[in-house]
Amino acid sequence: MSGLKDAGHLFRFAGLFVIAFLVFLLVRGYVVPKTFGQYGHYRGAAIGEIAARPIKFAGHQACESCHSDIADVKTKGAHAHVNCEACHGALFQRLPARPQPRANLYQRFVALVVAPIPPDAPLLLHADDPTSVTPVKPDTLVLCVRCHTASAAKPKGFPQVNPADHMGGVPCQTCHNPHSPAIGADANGGAGTSSATGGAK
Amino acid sequence: MNISRRHLLILLPAAAVAWKYVQAATPEDSPNYKMSEHWWGMLIQIPKCIGCGNCVRACATENDVPDGNFRTWVERYHVTDTDMTMPEVISPDGGKEGFPVAQEDAGKYFFVPKMCNHCADSPCTQVCPVGATFVSPDGVVLVDQEYCLGCAYCVQACPYGCRYIHPTKHVADKCTLCYHRITKGLTTACCEACPTGARQLADLKNPNDPIHEFLKTHPVEVLKPQMATGAKAYYFGLDGSVR
Repeated sequence: MSGLKDAGHLFRFAGLFVIAFLVFLLVRGYVVPKTFGQYGHYRGAAIGEIAARPIKFAGHQACESCHSDIADVKTKGAHAHVNCEACHGALFQRLPARPQPRANLYQRFVALVVAPIPPDAPLLLHADDPTSVTPVKPDTLVLCVRCHTASAAKPKGFPQVNPADHMGGVPCQTCHNPHSPAIGADANGGAGTSSATGGAK
Repeated sequence: MNISRRHLLILLPAAAVAWKYVQAATPEDSPNYKMSEHWWGMLIQIPKCIGCGNCVRACATENDVPDGNFRTWVERYHVTDTDMTMPEVISPDGGKEGFPVAQEDAGKYFFVPKMCNHCADSPCTQVCPVGATFVSPDGVVLVDQEYCLGCAYCVQACPYGCRYIHPTKHVADKCTLCYHRITKGLTTACCEACPTGARQLADLKNPNDPIHEFLKTHPVEVLKPQMATGAKAYYFGLDGSVR
């Protein structure tokens, strides 16, 4: 093997390559997140993190589990398929931050004065704690009008009124039960005429 | 503690198996939700939309969407009788507080709710240089905000304009199809708040989902089909003038 007599520098160079490759593997193993490539070219754990974000709209099933009396009224009326939170909104509160037991003066000042309720404060849902998170009654003059104001852009079959002519500032719930809005003959399933154009289906 | 070589050889594989379960923290490992059993999409019925903006407000509440950015928004189209190809489109503040009253004229009006189409072959995920955005195994286009650099390449790549750079986090943000809700058996916030049922969450892998009956019996369309994005936001009653 006289050909390898002068090849020592090649082996040293190859050795450097091997060492560099090992360093690359070491750094890569440290830098690339553990779950990267679990499902594809991304961090698999991100899916779990996104799925763990807090829920604010409890869902109508949660409402109906306590308010079955209202659910019974609603299923018979034109608003049967309008979910509770479509009108009432998501009933939740941000819990005020409490200073940590070992917080310094600055941290206590921030927690109590500057940002008593930070935007990422923990959530408390009405569905989880009905006594401390109490619902606000929606203003029907805003709420009902938003959907039922007559406009040529809305589907023809959707019940619409001109708020100024129809009620003159009288709150909607004076005449209509928001959970089952038809009045009189309509409410009993009769073919009474309604002042609203479009059928309540 | 004195462990013999024999005991160590027995213990090591057992510890390796245990560690595998310690590491498991993805939804696939949660007992109630299997990613492989779902393929999510959305059904939007144009004739049912009244442009109330409930979906836009609900989305902003549920997901802390910053003011001026939208994960979903509603557009009002006005196709005049003089030029059917050039509709007037308005979306004041994303339709968040509804729309101005429209007067009857010779043209036609309709509302088009827009959102991420959760494309199966999404252009936005293909351009990400770091693998921060992806289509999850259950068909939802998500952003890993820990990994995103905020280069906004995906914002440019989305043909539907559904992404934005979060003004304070400085990373890409978009509709997650309320992934934190649908993995727990709830519907999305926009669907929950829609008073007319114009929006409907659809699980294309669930044979009991009413979407299958609907797709069999109704003509549906996706936005920009010529781009072959594999969009999964199915529109019923979509007008040809919508882009």
